[in-house]
Amino acid sequence: MAHGPSQNFFSRWLFSTNHKDIGTLYLWFSFAMFLLGGFFAMVIRAELFQPGMQLIKPEFFVQMTTMHGLVMVFGAIMPAFVGLANWMIPMMIGAPDMALPRMNNLSFWILPFAFTILTSTLFMEGGGPNFGWTFYAPLSTTYAPDTVNYFIFGVHMMGASSIMGSINIIATVMNMRAPGMTYMKMPLFVWTWVITAFLLVAVMPVLAGAVTMMLMDINFGTSFFDAAGGGDPVLFQHVFWFFGHPEVYIIILPAFGVVSQIIPTFSRKPLFGYSSMVYATASIAFLSFIVWAHHMFTVGMPIAGELYFMYATMLIAVPTGVKVFNWITTMYKGALTFETPMLFSIAFVILFTFGGFTGMMLSIAAADTQYHDTYFVVAHFHYVMVAGAVFSGTAAVYYWLPKWCGRMYDETMGKVQFWIAFIAFNITFMPQHFLGLAGMPRRYSDYGLQFTDWNMVSSIGAFLYGGAQLLFLYNVIRTIGWGKPIDDPQVWEGAEGLEWTVPTPAPFHTFSTPPVVK
Amino acid sequence: MMKRAKALFLGLLRPSSLLLAGSVSAESVTRQLNMPRGVTEVSQAAYDIHMIMIWICTVIGVLVLGFMFYVMFAHRKSKGVTAANFHENLVVEVLWTVIPALILIVMAVPATTALLKVYDTENPDIDIKVTGYQWKWQYEYIGEGVKFMSELRTSQDEIYGRAPKGEHYLREVTQPLVIPTNKKVRFLITGNDVIHSWWVPDFGVKRDAVPGLFTAAWTKTDQPGTYVGECTELCGLGHAFMPVVVEVKEEAEYEAWLAGKKEEAAIYASTIGKQWTFDELMVKGEQVYGRSCAGCHQVNGEGITGVFPALKDSPIALGPAEGHIAILIDGVAGSAMQSFAEQLSEVEIAAVVHYERNAWGNDVGDIVQPINVLNFKQSQ
Amino acid sequence: MSRTSTHGGLLIKLLMGAVAMFAFAIFVLPPLYDLFCEVTGIGGKTGGAYTASEITIDTSRKVEVQFVATNNATIPWDFYPTEHKVFVHPGESREITFFARNKTSNDMVAQAIPNVLPNNAADYFHKTECFCFNNQPLGAGEQAELAVVFVLDPDLPVSVNAVTLSYTLFDITDRIPMQVSQIQ
Repeated sequence: MAHGPSQNFFSRWLFSTNHKDIGTLYLWFSFAMFLLGGFFAMVIRAELFQPGMQLIKPEFFVQMTTMHGLVMVFGAIMPAFVGLANWMIPMMIGAPDMALPRMNNLSFWILPFAFTILTSTLFMEGGGPNFGWTFYAPLSTTYAPDTVNYFIFGVHMMGASSIMGSINIIATVMNMRAPGMTYMKMPLFVWTWVITAFLLVAVMPVLAGAVTMMLMDINFGTSFFDAAGGGDPVLFQHVFWFFGHPEVYIIILPAFGVVSQIIPTFSRKPLFGYSSMVYATASIAFLSFIVWAHHMFTVGMPIAGELYFMYATMLIAVPTGVKVFNWITTMYKGALTFETPMLFSIAFVILFTFGGFTGMMLSIAAADTQYHDTYFVVAHFHYVMVAGAVFSGTAAVYYWLPKWCGRMYDETMGKVQFWIAFIAFNITFMPQHFLGLAGMPRRYSDYGLQFTDWNMVSSIGAFLYGGAQLLFLYNVIRTIGWGKPIDDPQVWEGAEGLEWTVPTPAPFHTFSTPPVVK
Repeated sequence: MMKRAKALFLGLLRPSSLLLAGSVSAESVTRQLNMPRGVTEVSQAAYDIHMIMIWICTVIGVLVLGFMFYVMFAHRKSKGVTAANFHENLVVEVLWTVIPALILIVMAVPATTALLKVYDTENPDIDIKVTGYQWKWQYEYIGEGVKFMSELRTSQDEIYGRAPKGEHYLREVTQPLVIPTNKKVRFLITGNDVIHSWWVPDFGVKRDAVPGLFTAAWTKTDQPGTYVGECTELCGLGHAFMPVVVEVKEEAEYEAWLAGKKEEAAIYASTIGKQWTFDELMVKGEQVYGRSCAGCHQVNGEGITGVFPALKDSPIALGPAEGHIAILIDGVAGSAMQSFAEQLSEVEIAAVVHYERNAWGNDVGDIVQPINVLNFKQSQ
Repeated sequence: MSRTSTHGGLLIKLLMGAVAMFAFAIFVLPPLYDLFCEVTGIGGKTGGAYTASEITIDTSRKVEVQFVATNNATIPWDFYPTEHKVFVHPGESREITFFARNKTSNDMVAQAIPNVLPNNAADYFHKTECFCFNNQPLGAGEQAELAVVFVLDPDLPVSVNAVTLSYTLFDITDRIPMQVSQIQ
């Protein structure tokens, strides 16, 4: 190797242009944000443990729900997958680094500033953003606290970071594949990420547009979303969900990719239906652009619009079903073992399928009249966001950590963490389905006595789930510092792909000479 | 809390009783797990399609995940199996694309019928405008001249744990919306400030209340009773504290209620709501003065020196109206001047204040309207 | 590596794509949405002034038109229709009035935003004259009768036999740099 990482701590991490170091930065940052967002969730669940306001005031509660959503979506889940992409995509396609290494550095280092600004609003006069992570106008414009301007600035920054990160990934995948690595030979994680990256380039600017219009309405007297000046608050919702629906697939597609890497490894069998997986991912991405208004079934659209968005939304079940069937058929007639990454991946399949079912129920507009904005929706999207994105992210870390640091994690501790997380997750979110169906709306700081029981159960589950994350943190730190050293390049018996051909631990520079893929 | 936990635990052991519980008694409301059937055609339609979906999902889920569990047990490495190497099969792949698509097409039929019911807002018998405020609802019976605010009745003490929580905690309002049975009621829903959403689960009605925009929803039920709903769009810190309560009454009872409301409105319009003229107030004020004030302050307003102050040329009567109203409402501590807030109506207080400011050579010339008195009372 | 130029080209294309999407969100989506609303009647928007052309009055039908008024953000004005509903034949031109009074001791400017229900009637509800076409300045304590002249299109779907016209009154005093007297 020509040269290793800089020996100076600051110059190594602050000025890094190495995809592995930047990947590491992304992952640690996202975990820090995950703990922060998790802390907000704990505050929420503690307040909701009993009816009545015990710990915090309603105005702070609303800020907590808003910040929990923003931090988890933009701070924890998205950067986690960008981190995985940084680490793995060059190694998976036989490239020496990302295509645009200096931009890579910039796109990461924007994030800490964006989230410092966003979080600091909690300590400012007027408090943090209090209009939900969907920030509907006019609550987020005419009726917002002054700190909304910091929120807008923060969103712009994280948008810029995401766009740069995505451009980098697209450029890497399009230009830097090793000879012989054709598109249809790329690992599925690379495929799902490249599609995600295109989604990001397409919709993050729309989010930027939405907050820019807000900014102009608030400060420069325009009336995009203000009915008094000829605008329309409902327009905001259309623009937001035009971004927001692709956004939820931006979160879940890389998770699909991770699971599609892990299940074949521990089944010791190639992924079933590779090409249909690629097509399914692409069609999900396409559908994500034409279903946005299913988030707005109660806004009073004409019936033709409701019917269209209902039918289009139901269609998503088809490619999603294909994916689930493919994963299960991959396992069929394999030789299965159940290491921690596999356990998380199987839990992903089960719980994501469950979340998919509730998603189908939500697509039925007439029933959505009853579900909309209740805890049923909260339960639904936590099944796909937490059991989907977070479980697969955890699986990815356990799966690739030995390759990254050349040390094996503690399998028993991993399994214990899995079972606590799996059980606690279901204790937390399963009762929220019942709460929603029984009539408890989301973002409620207080509730009637009839909802007490399930809220208590849900809160207990949430604290347990939070605890499981500390165990995860401990296991990762223990592995990096004191784990059992390994040097088998393949690490896992059934692992296939270029990333498993480089030495373990992965050296600072890999594939300086491109490998040849047959 | 232990008791509740125990009840919950016992409840969990009897899942069938949970699912079958109706929605009437307080006990079963506590235990509700599923969507309510509700009392209207629309809520029933939503419930039906919800149950169809649950069963379809359950069957698919049991089949697919059941197969996965079979694979997890049958094809584990510890059993000594060797992995097969197939990775494609066009026939199954086409099948599991086409079959779900067909299921969806079948499901689309009841889904469409149910939605058509939601949108059937034509030919209503009664129109009620529902306006969402931060953080209360206003109901206006269009064309009837009846309109009122419906606010949370639960006290702050109950919310902040300084008083025990009542049975109807956060499910009670100052004035519920009242509608008759067997009449098609159309709700015209709008917002006053931010977006709210008006939801009554038992009616299957949920509609966003957007400022500057009107949307319509409807309901019709034959079951009298009290139905509780919520605001379901985040509208600021009071979001959780603006419940919806609807009372469905038999038609005759409803008519009587409405007549009462109209009378109230008429009285309001002819008194507090009315813009009184200078002379009307003078006439009325003189009567009230004679009845309630002249005993002490004398008919000529000159009082009795050293005992009852004169009103003629007095600084209070010639000063700002606010201060003058305040004396009548609050009284003067330690003197014979008592508070008239309870004894006299807003109209009477306004009239007498007006009279005192403009009689016996007092010539302030302003008009004190009953609404000023009401505003003063409410600002206290 | 010699790939820098390829990266550069791709980078520029993708950045342009991002900028285009940003512009799309701000400059295309809002007008597109308005157009869409106008075509489909979403939100019951009724469009601008209508120039009456030769319309035959369809005396075989009578449609109930009901009027509703709302004060946004509790604007302290009296604002209500002087008659609560009228019956008209499609094609027949009718004038109705709304009463407005500024109850405050300040000059104010208000803007009324119309809505028509049901949505599928919005396209057939024509206003030849309406106070909502302009803002409404009223001095302290002033009052006014605000007129609307409307025609229902004879093509109004037969299923529609009642239409609701509603106005929401917004306080726009702060948005108007001029004095009330200047506007008047």
